[in-house]
Amino acid sequence: MTGVRVLVGTRKGAFVMTADGTRDRWDISGPHFGGWEIYHLTGSLVDTNRLYAAQSTGWFGQLIQRSDDGGTTWNPVGNAFVYDGVPGTHQWYDGTPHPWEFKRVWHLEPSLTDPDTLYAGVEDAALFRSSDGGQTWQELSGLRGHGSGSRWQPGAGGLCLHTILLDPSDPERIVIAISAAGAFRSDDAGTTWHPINRGLSSDYIPDPDADVGHCVHKIAMHPSRPDVLFMQKHWDVMRSDDAGGSWHEVSGNLPSDFGFPIAIHAHEPNTIYVVPITSDSQHYPPDAKLRVYRSQTGGNEWEALTNGLPQRDCYVNVLRDAMAIDTLDPCGVYFGTTGGQVYASANGGDSWSAIVRDLPSVLSVEVQTLP
Amino acid sequence: MIRVMLPAHLRSLVQRRGEVELQLEGAATQRSVLDALEAQYPMLRGLIRDQVTQERRPFVRFFACEDDLSHESPDAVLPDAVVQGAEPFMIVGAIAGG
Repeated sequence: MTGVRVLVGTRKGAFVMTADGTRDRWDISGPHFGGWEIYHLTGSLVDTNRLYAAQSTGWFGQLIQRSDDGGTTWNPVGNAFVYDGVPGTHQWYDGTPHPWEFKRVWHLEPSLTDPDTLYAGVEDAALFRSSDGGQTWQELSGLRGHGSGSRWQPGAGGLCLHTILLDPSDPERIVIAISAAGAFRSDDAGTTWHPINRGLSSDYIPDPDADVGHCVHKIAMHPSRPDVLFMQKHWDVMRSDDAGGSWHEVSGNLPSDFGFPIAIHAHEPNTIYVVPITSDSQHYPPDAKLRVYRSQTGGNEWEALTNGLPQRDCYVNVLRDAMAIDTLDPCGVYFGTTGGQVYASANGGDSWSAIVRDLPSVLSVEVQTLP
Repeated sequence: MIRVMLPAHLRSLVQRRGEVELQLEGAATQRSVLDALEAQYPMLRGLIRDQVTQERRPFVRFFACEDDLSHESPDAVLPDAVVQGAEPFMIVGAIAGG
């Protein structure tokens, strides 16, 4: 029977959770890298034993760890993330120029075809690529250098590049997103970039419809339909049917359209999941009820998924990289909370149970479907 | 022989419980000690000093013989007690939460 491996990054280490295809009973290992922040932990689609972890602390900076045996053993690889050329300035919170400074890696995205190739989205926002299993990193500087960088500004978490989507039908196409700059697309494998934010509106920037400056929280793409993108923005859930060329709102009947993660069902590309959060100042669920919302119509019509989730006195958040979907049938849905719970549904969200309840605050959740 | 005391985060990274011992050729300075430390444990590159500027990271401090050496020149010779191995060169994470 096939199984799954859930990869969880927390404020104080990484945890690896495995189960067979029933997803009933879990074996949990960790903490790996205890005491370090693990912003992201992910695995290669090509070689499921190849894992990568972004490990950092405010004191000692950044490490990248690599495992070649599914997370049993780890080795540090390269951590020299050096901006190409003179980094220049972006906007600080008050709009004044602020020099670009590397702080940490937020997101690692392995290549769809080569376990030794992966991308890193970093704070202050930039995209790096490694083609030697993480030993060395080169910036894809056309993104930061395309002309609007001086107008990018940090969100509450920093000026972070958190989303990297690789188009399985076109190896030249990459979509990324930055808080708070917006979404960008390259059609030449990362050499040149252009903003794809038409249709977004944000009242926290002087021109709400500007081409850059939007606080995009996460974008999801289904591999069978790469031109259709779903976005959870600071406020608003958005959809594009032309690879980001234009966006329209699909928040519909959500109790709040503020939130962080967004994910797509493995086998139904029109079924999407979000976790509404009360507001930008109240980072906990509306009415203190932890509810995943599912739309089976590609947005606008949403249903609350509550079976097994706390429906009173709940004040946790679910961060942007903390939701994942496996590819079993029925597909599993997973998310982690700032309260340290990791919830799993083995039936597409119809019911939930906690794999674990008392981890450090969860930063990221990924899942691998094992052969 | 120079004795180096690492903070807990870095001890776990290099998988050492106690102090690290280094053999130096030439003068014992902050720079030569850190160069030797990073040569012995390459995974520490960038975690104590910036990868490019080689400046001490902001939340890292250097103590020895009950003195704060954080703001001394990286090329200043370390105290005799450190050079002779009687006292450790201490790399300390600033007290800033965690």
